[in-house]
Amino acid sequence: MAIIKDRLVVFALLVINKAGGLIYNREFHSGLNKMSSNDYLILAGTFHGVHAITKSLSPLPRTQSANGTSASAPSPFVNRPTGLEVLESAHFRLQCFQTVTGTKFLLFTEPQQPNVDNVMKRIYELYSDYVMKNPFYTVEMPIRCEKFDRSLDAFVKVKS
Amino acid sequence: MNPAPPAHAHAPSLKTPLTTAQQQQQLAAGRNVSPSPGLRYPSNKKTIYDRNLSRSKNAELSRAAFGYLFVEMIGYAQRRVRGVADLEKRLNAQGYPLGLKLLDLLLTRSPLPSTSPSLRPTRILPLLQFITTTLWKHLFGRPADALERSAANADEYMISDNEPLVNTYISVPREMSQLNCAAYVAGVIEGVCDGAGFATRGVSAHWVGEGGGEGGKGMWPGKTVFLIRFADEVLEREEILGKNG
Repeated sequence: MAIIKDRLVVFALLVINKAGGLIYNREFHSGLNKMSSNDYLILAGTFHGVHAITKSLSPLPRTQSANGTSASAPSPFVNRPTGLEVLESAHFRLQCFQTVTGTKFLLFTEPQQPNVDNVMKRIYELYSDYVMKNPFYTVEMPIRCEKFDRSLDAFVKVKS
Repeated sequence: MNPAPPAHAHAPSLKTPLTTAQQQQQLAAGRNVSPSPGLRYPSNKKTIYDRNLSRSKNAELSRAAFGYLFVEMIGYAQRRVRGVADLEKRLNAQGYPLGLKLLDLLLTRSPLPSTSPSLRPTRILPLLQFITTTLWKHLFGRPADALERSAANADEYMISDNEPLVNTYISVPREMSQLNCAAYVAGVIEGVCDGAGFATRGVSAHWVGEGGGEGGKGMWPGKTVFLIRFADEVLEREEILGKNG
C-alpha cells in the first residue's frame, strides 16, 4: 500500500446491498454537502436502479468469430456486462465497485484522487474480514460492526 | 451429421449381453473404490491417523478458514440458547474436548526429555506455564501476554491476552456487550487443567478493555483475561506437595 500518496481525500463510503438498500454509510471528511439519512437511502436506491439500467445498456458481447485473431482462451467473465463504474463532476468523483455477489461499494473522493482502485480493494478486504467473518452480522442487513468502523478509520483517516 | 454417431449407436447393443456375473464384478469393483460410509478416505489414502504424531511442520492453517469456521460454531451455539451466559457456556463446552486432546498431543511432542514423552505438569505453576507458552504457541503462534495470581483469592489465576486470535474479526453487538467469544479458549484451558488432574470451578473469559470505554481507546481494546478458579482439593494438594518438596 506504499503506492498510495499522502494526499488522499476520501469523503464518504456507501454500501448498497443486492436489493438496493443502503446498509452502510460513513463520512470520513467533511466536504460533502450534508444530506439527510432519507436522502442517502434515496440515493442508494436510485443508484441501484441506474446501475441496473446501465448494465443492460451494455453492448452485446463480441463473439469469438468477430475477433478471430485472439489466441487466448475465452474467459466467461470478460464479456460480462458491467454497469456504471465512475461518475465524475467538477468537485467530486464517485467510484462504484460491485462484488461478484452484487453488493455495491460507492466511494466519494476528490476528482484527482489517485489509486481509487487500490483504496476500493482494501475496503473490500476490510469488509470481507470484519463484516463477513463476524458471526453477529446478518447478510444483507445494515452493517453495525465496531471493528469494521475502526479499521476503516485507521485505513482512510491515517493515510490522509 | 457425421457418419460417426451411427457407429456409436451400436456400441450399447454390444454391451447388453453382459452376464450378470460380470455385472456383479463391476459392482463389487465399484464398491471397493468407494468404501462404506462412515470413515472417509482422502484421495491419497492418508487419513489423519496415518500421519506422524510428532510432525508439526506445515501445520499452520488459514486464518480466514478458521474465521469462517468459528462463525459457524458461534451460529451453532447460538441456536436454542437463552442469554449470554448460556452461549458462553456452550462455547466453553465446545473448547473443552480440544483442551483434553491438546494436553496429550503437546506432551507427546514436547522435546525436553528426548527419550520418553515428558510428564504432565503436577504443580500449578508448571501447568499454567505449559498453558501460557506451549499451548498458546501451538494455537496462536505466540505466548500469552501475562500470567498473574489473584491478590484477593488464592485459588484464582489470570491469563491475559491482549488480542485473542478468536476475536480478531468479531464485533460483539451492543446488546450482548458482555459476551466474549474467547469463552471457547477458556473451554480449551479448562480441558487442559481437567486432563492434567487439576479440577477447576470453571474458567471464564472477561473483557478488560484498557483505557476505559469513554476516554481515549486503550492500546488493546480487545484485551481479555481468562480467570481460572481451581477447586479446593487442588490447592490442598499443592500445599502438601509444597511442604514435601
